[in-house]
Amino acid sequence: MTRSNESKKAVRAVTATPAEATVNKPAWKGFKGGLWRDAVDVRDFIQQNYTPYEGDDSFLAGPTARTTAVWKAITDRFPEERAKGVHDVSYDVPSTITAHAPGYIDRDRDLIVGLQTDAPLKRAIMPYGGWRMVAGALATYGYPVSPDLEKVFTEYRKTHNAGVFDAYTPEIRAARKAGVVTGLPDAYGRGRIIGDYRRVALYGVDRLVEVKKEEKEELNSLPAGNRSIEETIRLREELAEQIRALGELKAMAASYGHDISGPAVTGRDAVQWLYFAYLAAVKEQNGAAMSLGRTSTFLDVYLQRDIDAGVLTEEQAQELVDDFIIKLRIVRFLRTPEYDQGFSGDPTWVTESIAGMGEDGRPLVTRTSFRYLQTLYNLGPAPEPNMTVLWSPRLPQGFKEFCAKVSIDTSSVQYESDELMRPRSGDDTAIACCVSAMPVGKQMQFFGARVNLAKTLLYAINGGRDEKSGAQVGPDTGVITSDVLDHDEVMARFDEQMEWLAKVYVHSLNVIHFMHDKYAYERIEMALHDRDVRRTMAFGIAGLSVAVDSLAAIKYARVTVHRDESGLATDYTVEGDYPAYGNNDDRADEIAVWLVEEFMRKVRKHPTYRNAEHTQSVLTITSNVVYGKKTGNTPDGRRAGEPFAPGANPMNGRDTHGYVASALSVAKLPYEDAEDGISLTNTVTPDGLGRTPEERIKNLAGVLDGYMAGDGFHMNVNVLNRDTLTDAMEHPENYPQLTIRVSGYAVNFVRLTREQQLDVLNRTFHGSL
Amino acid sequence: MTSLAIAPATPPTTTAATPVSPAATPAAAATRRPAEGSVHSWDVSTGVDGPGTRFVTFLSGCPLTCLYCHNPDTWKMRNGTRTSADAVIAEAGKYVRFISASGGGATVSGGEPLLQPVFTGELLHRMKHELGLHTALDTSGFLGVRAPDALLRDTDLVLLDIKAWDPATYKKVTGRPLAPTLDFARRLADLGQEVHVRFVLVPGLTDAPADVEGVAAFAGGLGNVSRVDILPFHKLGEGKWQALAMPFTLHDTPSPTPERVAEVREVFRAHGLHAV
Repeated sequence: MTRSNESKKAVRAVTATPAEATVNKPAWKGFKGGLWRDAVDVRDFIQQNYTPYEGDDSFLAGPTARTTAVWKAITDRFPEERAKGVHDVSYDVPSTITAHAPGYIDRDRDLIVGLQTDAPLKRAIMPYGGWRMVAGALATYGYPVSPDLEKVFTEYRKTHNAGVFDAYTPEIRAARKAGVVTGLPDAYGRGRIIGDYRRVALYGVDRLVEVKKEEKEELNSLPAGNRSIEETIRLREELAEQIRALGELKAMAASYGHDISGPAVTGRDAVQWLYFAYLAAVKEQNGAAMSLGRTSTFLDVYLQRDIDAGVLTEEQAQELVDDFIIKLRIVRFLRTPEYDQGFSGDPTWVTESIAGMGEDGRPLVTRTSFRYLQTLYNLGPAPEPNMTVLWSPRLPQGFKEFCAKVSIDTSSVQYESDELMRPRSGDDTAIACCVSAMPVGKQMQFFGARVNLAKTLLYAINGGRDEKSGAQVGPDTGVITSDVLDHDEVMARFDEQMEWLAKVYVHSLNVIHFMHDKYAYERIEMALHDRDVRRTMAFGIAGLSVAVDSLAAIKYARVTVHRDESGLATDYTVEGDYPAYGNNDDRADEIAVWLVEEFMRKVRKHPTYRNAEHTQSVLTITSNVVYGKKTGNTPDGRRAGEPFAPGANPMNGRDTHGYVASALSVAKLPYEDAEDGISLTNTVTPDGLGRTPEERIKNLAGVLDGYMAGDGFHMNVNVLNRDTLTDAMEHPENYPQLTIRVSGYAVNFVRLTREQQLDVLNRTFHGSL
Repeated sequence: MTSLAIAPATPPTTTAATPVSPAATPAAAATRRPAEGSVHSWDVSTGVDGPGTRFVTFLSGCPLTCLYCHNPDTWKMRNGTRTSADAVIAEAGKYVRFISASGGGATVSGGEPLLQPVFTGELLHRMKHELGLHTALDTSGFLGVRAPDALLRDTDLVLLDIKAWDPATYKKVTGRPLAPTLDFARRLADLGQEVHVRFVLVPGLTDAPADVEGVAAFAGGLGNVSRVDILPFHKLGEGKWQALAMPFTLHDTPSPTPERVAEVREVFRAHGLHAV
C-alpha cells in the first residue's frame, strides 16, 4: 500500500517568502511548535498549542442582547419557511463561490458575516448535480424555471445526473426502481466530504495556493509516479480547479470586506476565516451532508490567546461562537419533496465533532468545546449544526456531565466512540454526516446510501421476483415452494441474492462517483485536503433488524408462507416464539453479526473506482420509513409498509429488557466490518434516567461510559416524554424548536412528515415501568 | 406478559476470575441442591431500582396485595418461570462490563423476593461475590424475618417500602399488618445496613398528615436511612389489572400534585432525611 508514502509526501515543506514571514509574525505570535509552520499540518498546530480544560460548565456565559436580537430576527421567519417549504429562492443564478452579492442578517450587528446567497434563508440553485432536481424543486415551490438555464444545463453543459444515467445498466435501473438499491446520490450532490476549513484560518489562502501549485508541479511528467496517464491528467486538472476555487474564496471574502490571503490574527478573524471557507463549500455544493469537521478546539487556541492577552472576555468569546453557530443553523439547500421524504426535516448535516482524547492521553476538550454546546442554551435547541461528541470514558468528568445535561435538556447531541475511531484514524478525526469517521483533510468518501436487506431476503424466497411488483429484479434462483420455510434452503438462496446485490451495488457506485468527479467535482472542499487523499467507498445496509428477526423466526419458530395466484409469496404466519435482535441474546445477535460481516465480504469482492477502500454503514437516517413502505410483509411478522427500525436499532417493541440490553445487541456488530458507522437511536423518558436532575446527569454519563466501554459505536440520545411529542403533533406552533435525534442526525420534530412523526412516537420509549 | 428470555441451557459465562464452589453458596448450604426460583422477568434499568444502571431480577410471588401495585402480574409465584440461579447469573454476567463502567449494580426485586429467601440469598451472594456487583434488595419488609443475617451481609443496600404509618392504613393498602416491616427496619438499623426508604404517595390513601409524619419520624430516627424516595402514585399499571381481570379500585384516584409531593418531601427533610 502506498498510502503512507504518499501522505508523507503530502506533508511537504514550503519556504516562506519574506512577505509571508512578515504577515505571519503577528498572526502566529505566541504559538508554539515548528512542524505546522513548515508544512500544512493543522493537527500538529492544535497539539502544540491547545489548552485542555478539565473543569465544569460554571465559566460559561449566556447570550448577549445582540445575540438574542439577531437570532430572533431569523427565527421570526421560520414559521413562514416551514409553511411554504422554502423562505425564498435565488432561482435564476446558478450558485458558485462568487455568484451572489454579499448578504447579511443584520449588517450592523452580524459579528461573523457571510450567507449562501444575498439574503438569509434564500436558497440557491446548484445545477451541476442535476438539472431535474433544480427544475423539479423550482416548480414545486412556484418559482420560474429560466429557459436559458434549462438550455445551458441540458444542451451545453452536462450534469452529474445526466452522466450517471448514460452509464447505468438496465440491471442497476431495475434494482433502483424496485427500491432494493436505494437513496443513491445520482441526482444530487454526494456530500460527506469535509474540507479542512481550519487551514484557511491558520495559513491564509495564498499559502494554500502555493502548496497546491507545488503539488501540481510534481505531476508535470506523464505519467507521474505510479499513476496511470489518466490518473495523472485527472489529478492535474483537479488541482487546477482547486487553485481556481481558492482564488474565488479569496474574492468572495473580499466582497465582504475581508482580506483572507494571509492567516487570521485575532480570534474573531479565525472564526470568520474558517467560516468563509465553509461558506464557499456550501455555495458550491448541495451535498447530502456538508459537515464542518472538528473546529472547536482549533478555534479555542485563538480565543484563548485573545483572552490571555486581555482583549477578549468570556462573554465576547461566547458571542462569537453564538454568531458563528447562527450562520451554521441557517445553511439551506433547495431540494425536492421526494428527497425530503427520505431525508426529512431539511437536514444539512453540518456535523461538528467535539472533544475526544488526544493520542498523548490529554483530552481534546477545551472551553470552546463547552461554548459550542452552550449555544443549545443561548439559542435554544436545534438540529444543526449536528453536535457530535467523540466520547471516551476517559473524558474529564465535568465535560461528560455537561454533555449529559445538554442531552437531557435539548436532545440535540449525538455520541460516537472515540475509543473505536482514534486507533484507526487518529485524533484529528471528524464525523461526516452522521457516523462516518475521517481524518480531516486527509480522507474523503464516496457516499453510497444503502441497500435494503429485508427486501433482499424476500427476493431469496421469491426467486428474485419483487414481492410488490412481481417483476424479476434479482437473479432467478428458483422460487421456494415449501409451505413452511426451511432455514437452510432460505439461507442458500439469500446468499445468492446478496451476491448479486453486492455486485450491482458496487457497480452503481462506481458509475455515480466517476460522474460526480467529472461533472460536479468538489473544488473548494478538495482544495482543503492533502493532494493524495485516502478514499473510501461507503456502502450501507438498511433493514438489518427485519432481516435478522426474519431469519431468527425461520430458524427458531415455524414460518408458513402464503402465496398469491401467481405463486408469489406475499405473507407469512409465525407460530411459536423466536429470539429477537435487541435483547442481548446471542441466538439472534449472532445472525446480525453474520449478516454485517457477510455483506461486507461480498461487497469487497468487487473493484472500486479510484481504488477506494470498501466500508459499510448500518444507518438509515429517516428513510427507514420509506424503505418500510416499499417492502412487503416479512417473515418476522412485520406487516407490509410498516417502517423498519432506524439504523442498527432493534425493531420497535421487540427489545423487551430495557435499553441497555438493546444497546448491547447493537454493540456486538463488528466495527471493522462497518467502519462507516453503526447507528443506534435511544429514546428515554426523564424518569428512565433517575429521579433528580443531578442523578439523571450522572446516570446518563454513566450509560455512555458503559456503552462505549462495551464497544458500542454511536448513540443518539433523546430524553423526552411521549406526551410532549403527541402534543407537538397537535400544536406544532408551540414547539418551533423541539429537536429530536433520529438515526444519525437531529431534526425539528414539527418538520417531519406525519408518518415519520408517528414512527418516532411508536418507537420504544424506555421508561421506568 | 413479558416473556422470560433467559436461555435455559446456557452455561454461566461470567467474567468472574474464580468460580465459586457450590458448597460456598447459601443455597448449597441450605438445601444441598443448586438453587432454583420462580422468576417473573429481568431487565436492565437506570435510576429506578437503586442507584445507577442495574440488572434487576423480578421474582414472582408476593404476600401483599397493594391496591396501587403496578406489577400485579408478579403476585402469584406459580405464574413465574422456574429458573436456575446459574441462568440468572449468566444473564447478569453479560452486563458486568457495562455496569462497571456506568456505575450501578444488581437488584433483586419482585414480587416480594423474601418469599423465596434461599433463592434470593443465592442471587445476592453470587451477584456480589462472583460478579463483583453492588447489590440491592427491594422489599416490603413484611417477610424480613425470613432474611438471614448472611443474606443481609451480601446486600449492600436495602430498598425498603414503608407504605403507611397507621396500621389500619397499612392493612387497607396491603391486606397485611405493618409491624413486621417496622421490626425489619429496626433490625437493619441495628445491623448498620444502608437503607433507602420508599414511600408511595397516594392521594386519599397514604397522604394523611399523620401517616406521612409517622413514617418520616420513624425513618429519621433509624439512623441508617441515606435516602427517601417519595414516589407519586401513577396508574400506568392499570392495564395489567384489567388483563388479570382484577378490579383496580384506584381508577378514580388522581396522581398527587407536584406541590403536595414537595410538601411531603419537606416533612421527611424536617427529620434530617435526604428525601427526593
